[in-house]
Amino acid sequence: MLFNLLSFLKRNTFLIALLLLVSPFMQADWFALNMTRGSTDISNEVFELHMLIFWICVAIGVIVFSVMFYSMWAHTKKKNPVPARFHENHKLEIAWTIIPFLILIAMAVPASKTLVKIYDDEAGDINIQVTGYQWKWQYRYLEDDVSFFSNLSTDLDEIYNLVPKGENYLQEVDEMVVIPAGKKVRFLITANDVIHSWWLPAFAIKQDAIPGFVNTAWTIVDEPGIYRGKCTELCGKNHGFMPIVVKVVEQAEYDEWVFAKKQEAIKLAELTTKEWTAAELVERGESIYEVNCVACHQTSGQGISGIFPALAGSDIVMNNKDRNIEILMEGVQGAAMNSFSYLSEVELAAVITYTRQSWGNAEKGDGEIVIPKDIVDYKEPKI
Amino acid sequence: MSAVIENHHDDHDHGPAKGITRWLYTTNHKDIGTLYLWFSFAMFLIGGAMAMIIRAELFQPGMQIVEPEFYNQMITLHGLIMIFGGVMPAFVGLANWLVPMMIGAPDMALPRMNNLSFWILPFAFFILLSSLFMEGGAPNFGWTFYAPLSTTYAPPSVTFFIFSVHIMGASSIMGAINVVVTIMNMRAPGVTLMKMPLFVWSWLITAYLLIAVMPVLAGAVTMMLMDIHFGTSFFNAAGGGDPVLFQHIFWFFGHPEVYIMILPAFGIVSHIIETFSRKQLFGYSSMVWAMLSIAILSFVVWAHHMFTVGLPLAAEIFFMWATMLIAVPTGVKVFNWVATMFRGSLTFETPMLFAVAFVVLFTIGGLSGLMLAIVPADFQYHDTYFVVAHFHYVLVPGAIFSIMAAVYYWIPKWSGNMYDERLGKLHFWLSFIGVNVTFFPQHFIGLAGMPRRYPDYALIFADWNMVSSIGAFLFGFSQLLFLFIVIKTVMGGKKATDQVWEGAKGLEWTVASPAPYHTFSTPPKVD
Repeated sequence: MLFNLLSFLKRNTFLIALLLLVSPFMQADWFALNMTRGSTDISNEVFELHMLIFWICVAIGVIVFSVMFYSMWAHTKKKNPVPARFHENHKLEIAWTIIPFLILIAMAVPASKTLVKIYDDEAGDINIQVTGYQWKWQYRYLEDDVSFFSNLSTDLDEIYNLVPKGENYLQEVDEMVVIPAGKKVRFLITANDVIHSWWLPAFAIKQDAIPGFVNTAWTIVDEPGIYRGKCTELCGKNHGFMPIVVKVVEQAEYDEWVFAKKQEAIKLAELTTKEWTAAELVERGESIYEVNCVACHQTSGQGISGIFPALAGSDIVMNNKDRNIEILMEGVQGAAMNSFSYLSEVELAAVITYTRQSWGNAEKGDGEIVIPKDIVDYKEPKI
Repeated sequence: MSAVIENHHDDHDHGPAKGITRWLYTTNHKDIGTLYLWFSFAMFLIGGAMAMIIRAELFQPGMQIVEPEFYNQMITLHGLIMIFGGVMPAFVGLANWLVPMMIGAPDMALPRMNNLSFWILPFAFFILLSSLFMEGGAPNFGWTFYAPLSTTYAPPSVTFFIFSVHIMGASSIMGAINVVVTIMNMRAPGVTLMKMPLFVWSWLITAYLLIAVMPVLAGAVTMMLMDIHFGTSFFNAAGGGDPVLFQHIFWFFGHPEVYIMILPAFGIVSHIIETFSRKQLFGYSSMVWAMLSIAILSFVVWAHHMFTVGLPLAAEIFFMWATMLIAVPTGVKVFNWVATMFRGSLTFETPMLFAVAFVVLFTIGGLSGLMLAIVPADFQYHDTYFVVAHFHYVLVPGAIFSIMAAVYYWIPKWSGNMYDERLGKLHFWLSFIGVNVTFFPQHFIGLAGMPRRYPDYALIFADWNMVSSIGAFLFGFSQLLFLFIVIKTVMGGKKATDQVWEGAKGLEWTVASPAPYHTFSTPPKVD
C-alpha cells in the first residue's frame, strides 16, 4: 500500500510539482468550465440537450482521432515502408455518409421538440416590456403601469482598478427586475436605438432586442432568488456594461413591491407642481446626467471629439432654452442623440438645468433654468 | 510575316523586369502570387498586433490598456483585416502561383486584370487603416457591422469603410473571374475536370462562391451608404426600414464567405496528406462531390447566425436541419483524409505536421459548429466566447494552418531552396501549442457565460482569460519566427530537387526548382 503510494509519487513527480505550483491559483474559477444547469424546466432541458450533443461530439472525435493517431503511430515510413494501394470503397463510403446522417437525426429530433416547447408562446400571467437603450434596460410592467430603468451599479473606480472589485463586479444593477415565483412571465423585448440582446442564462432566454420589432420570450421560475444576465449583441461603447438582474420573489412580496413602485410614481408626479429653485434642480439633475448622459457627453461636458458634441460652451445649451428642450424631447435626426421623452418632467427639467448651470455655461450664457412646467407646456398639443 | 512571329516567340523567353516596375507592371502569375502572399503576410501581422492588444486588455478584469471605444475598433479591424486582408489574399496568392502550374497553363487567362485586382488591394487597406486616425475613430461596430449601429450610430469614418469594402469586393470578384476563366479554358490537353488536382477544384468552387456573394456584400454596404448619406431607410426602423433585413443580406454573403475561407484549405490539405502518406487519395471523386455539396448548402444556412433575432419556428427548424446536414459532406472529407493516411507510409515534415493538425483542430471546430446548429442550445451559446472559440478553431488552425502548410510545402518550388526543417518544426510546435492554449479555454469561458465583444468581464472568467492571453502572446510572437524562416529560405539554403518531396505528384513538380519565370509555354502532355 505504502509502496504503491511511493511509486505513484515517484512516477508522477512532474505532475505533482505542477499541481503544487499552480495550487495558489486553484480557486473555484478554474472549474467554470461548463454551462450551468438551468433554473427552469426549459433551461434544464436545454442543458440536457447540450450535454447530449457534447458527448456525441466527443464520441465522434475520439473514434476519428484514434484511427488517425493509430495510423500516425503504426504506419510511419519506418514501420510501413511500402504503402498500401487501396482507394475508393463504395460500401465504406456509403456507411460513412449514412451513419453520420442517422446520428444527426438523433440529435435534431430532441432539439426540435425542445424548440417547439420554447415557442409555445401564449399570453403570460405577467407581461413585461423590456427595452434596450444605449446602455441600460427599461422594464415596463404592462398590467401594473410600473416602469423603470436598470443601470449598471458597479463603481467606475472598480472598473479602472482604483479600488478592489466587488463580488458581483459588472453583474449588479441599481434596480432589479422583480417577478413572482411560479407564474408565467412573458417578456416583450424591443430596443430604442441599436440592436441589443437580452440574455438570462438561468432561464435559457436569449432574444435580440431590435428597434421596430417586438420579440417574445417567457419563463416560469419556481425558485426565489437573484439571477444575473447580460447584453449579448454589440451595441456600442458600453456593450459590456449593461447587465441584467432578475429577482424572483414569492407572490406576496411581489404584490408589496408593485404597490411600493406605484406609490413612488405618485410621489414623483407630485414633484412636477412643486416650486423649484435652480440649486435643487442642479442637485437632482447631476445624478440623472451621470446615469443617462455621461457615457457620450462625458462628466466634463466635453463630449468625444468627432462623435459626441460638447455641452460645455454649446450655444444651444447656453442660450437657446426652447431648442434645448426640443432636442431632449425629440432627439436629433440621423445622429446618436435619441429622444429622452421617456424621462419624467422633473427629471428632464433637472437634467437640462444641470447642463445649463454647469461647466461655466451659466456665466457665459443666459443662465436660465428649466422647470418641470416648461416640459409640461412643451408636451401640450401645439396649434 | 514569319519574322514577326519569331520575334513574338522570342519575347516569351524574357525574364522579369528590373527594379520596382517589375512588381508594379507585372502580369506574371508567379510575381502576382508572390505579391498577394507578402501582402497577406503584412496584413496578418497587423491584424495579429490588434489581437495582441485585445488579449492584453482581457488579460485581467478591469480596464487597463485601452478604452472600450478603442477596444471596439480593435475587434472590428482585427476581424476585417484577418478575413479580407489575411486569409482571402493568401488563398488568391496560392491560386495565382499554383493553378496555372497545376493545369499546365502558361499563365492566368486575364493577366492585366490580375495585376489590377492585386494593386487595388493596398489602397483598400490604406483607406481602412487610415480611419484609425480620423476624428471619431475607426469603425467600431464589429466585422459584421450590424445596422443601425453601423449606420445611424456609426462614426463618420464608416463612409471610408464602405468604400474600402467596395474595393476589396472588386478585387475579389476580379480574382475569382480570373480563376474561373483560367480553369475553364486553359487546362492542358488531357486535364479533364475530373482529373484536376483537388486544389484547383477547391478554387473553382470557391471562385463561383465569390462571384455569387461578393456583389451581395457590395449591395449591403451600398444600402448603408444610402441610409447614411442619402436619406433612405433600408435599415432604419424609424423610417419604416428593417434592421433584420441587414442581417439576412449580410449573412447571405457571410456564410458562403466562411466556406470561401476553408474550401481552398481542403484542397491544400488533400495534396499534402497524399504526398506525405505516399499513397493515393482515398476518394478523389467523393472529395469533389463533398466540396460541391458544402458549397451549395452554404447558400441555404445563413440564418443559423440569426437564431436569436426572433425567426418563426418553421424557419428555425429549417435552418437547424439544413445546417446539420453540412456535417455529412464535411465528415466525408475528414474520413477521406484519415483513410488516405491509413496504411500509408507516413513521414512528418513541417507541411504534414500542419496538415495533420489541421485535420484534428478543424474537426474540433466542426464539432463545436454542429453544437451551435442546435437551436435551443444555441440560445445559450450565441454571441458568447463559445462562438469565438468555434470560428477561431476553423480559421486559425483551419484556414491559416493550411496556408502555412502550403507555404512550407511549395516554397522549395517557388524559391528553389529547402526551408530549415528544424526551425519549421519549432514554428509548428510553438503555433500548435499557442493556438490551443489560446482558443481551447475560450470554450469554457463561453459556456460559463462570457459574451463576445466585451472589453471587461465578471471575475469568474478571470483565470481562463489569463491563460488564453498567454497562449495568444505565444502564438503571436511565434509568427515572427515564421517570417524569419520564409526570408531565410528565400535568401538561400539547401537546393531543392524538381520533385522536392518523395511522394509529390502533379504537374508543378515536373518543372525546375525554382520554377522558371515562364512555365508550360507549350502545353505538357497529360494522359
